[in-house]
Amino acid sequence: MSVTDPTAARRDRLSVLAKAPAERLRALWSDHMAQSPDHDLIRPPEIGTVMVRGRAGATGAPFNLGEMTVTRCSVRLATGTVGHGHVQGRYREAARIAALIDALSEDGQGDALDTAILAPLRAEALARKTARATRAAATKVEFFTMVRGD
Amino acid sequence: MYVAVKGGERAIDNAHAWLAEERRGDPSVAELSTAQIREQLALSVNRVMAEGSLYDPDLAALAIKQARGDLIEAVFLIRAYRTTLPRFGSSHPVDTAAMACDRRISATFKDLPGGQILGPTFDYTHRLLDFALAAEGLAPDAAPQAEADGSSVPHVTGFLAREDLIQTEPDGPAIPRDLTREPLDFPADRPLRLQALTRGDEGFVLSLAYSTQRGYGKNHPFVGELRIGTVPVEMDIPELGFSIDIGEVVLTECETVNQFTGSKTEPPQFTRGYGLVFGQTERKAISMALVDRALRWEELGEDNSGAPAQDVEFVLYHADNVQATGFLEHIKLPHYVDFQSELELIRRLRAEAMASSRQEAAE
Repeated sequence: MSVTDPTAARRDRLSVLAKAPAERLRALWSDHMAQSPDHDLIRPPEIGTVMVRGRAGATGAPFNLGEMTVTRCSVRLATGTVGHGHVQGRYREAARIAALIDALSEDGQGDALDTAILAPLRAEALARKTARATRAAATKVEFFTMVRGD
Repeated sequence: MYVAVKGGERAIDNAHAWLAEERRGDPSVAELSTAQIREQLALSVNRVMAEGSLYDPDLAALAIKQARGDLIEAVFLIRAYRTTLPRFGSSHPVDTAAMACDRRISATFKDLPGGQILGPTFDYTHRLLDFALAAEGLAPDAAPQAEADGSSVPHVTGFLAREDLIQTEPDGPAIPRDLTREPLDFPADRPLRLQALTRGDEGFVLSLAYSTQRGYGKNHPFVGELRIGTVPVEMDIPELGFSIDIGEVVLTECETVNQFTGSKTEPPQFTRGYGLVFGQTERKAISMALVDRALRWEELGEDNSGAPAQDVEFVLYHADNVQATGFLEHIKLPHYVDFQSELELIRRLRAEAMASSRQEAAE
């Protein structure tokens, strides 16, 4: 997947990382990186919540639906580049990995990380989505009209 | 007079130790893992997430295990845990029109763009016990698959809105009131009511909705649409200066189409009720939409028939099962001093009453 706008690329990367299964992210990371690069934790991994909002009637006034758990982390590499990671759920290590991937990508390693980590995560997310969509499609009702015989 | 008493510590410790043993049950039966609860008791997990107001299937599964399957106790555990977490922010309102639908049905239009998608439903099952499930180790056959054409699944109410046949939903404050951060206060606007209903007790909201169907605040609902599926949750990240998808959640949404309002200046239009709940929770979402619609009587210029479902204070003050349980169950805890004073009072009243009746008899 090639995204040319740097903000759009970063947005896409962080969104993929946030939704990735934590165990899978850790496995792909440790396969790709023998060890974590030197870094400081600007914000150590922190578990918290985000209030999810909906809209009345799907299009009207916003309302508070309920919270979801999120873990976030910010790192600074030895080069000074900063990365921010967010992951859904309570996964400190995954949030740190997401922040490191973000920082390294900002530091010129984006293509290698995209190939090794983000591309598989995107493909697996698509496969999960397709597995549900094809099952849903099989439950689509095909109406037929009963013709009354005389 | 207040008398502090102390004691029972050993009894309490022993009671909790026994609770842990009972929770485990017969040790010759395999222990239930939280992953098993999350995967195989998913609708319990969904209910605990919805009423606990915290979307985290692993935590909900743990709470169910700890609570021995008592879902209100599990909701209580989740609510208590939630208060220990910092809140990073709030999401953009989720876009349910873009939902990846597992299920999408309409009771108002047979043929509609996107079609009627049944999804994994109990509907049309015969409700006969399936004894095959009692036998272990039988994996179900894989569900059939069909090509997903990827076509969009627009909201049914959108079709009606295009012809102006249904009222448009007014916008509201960008930052809605939050009853987890401020005490419930009246008048309660619709966003606050929707928050209270979505985390309200399923049984309570169901019963109120049922009461409107039976005539206590009747509003003639059609399920315009019911959809269940996954939506991304998007949030602005201040340190980045843009928004990202922070995760995704499964939601159930119900939009009802209800009978008309109209006035001298406005031609008649359908009205709407709305339900949106965490997880696959369709009984709750339909119930929420009916009660939401009943509570809108004032803004829609309807009469208050005095029905419970139209009484916003009654509904909002009693919808929360953790509050209700807390107040209800506290009466089983020691009230020795309170009761002692009542006991003294009734002895005195009886003594006085008997003394005066003896006196009357003597006279």
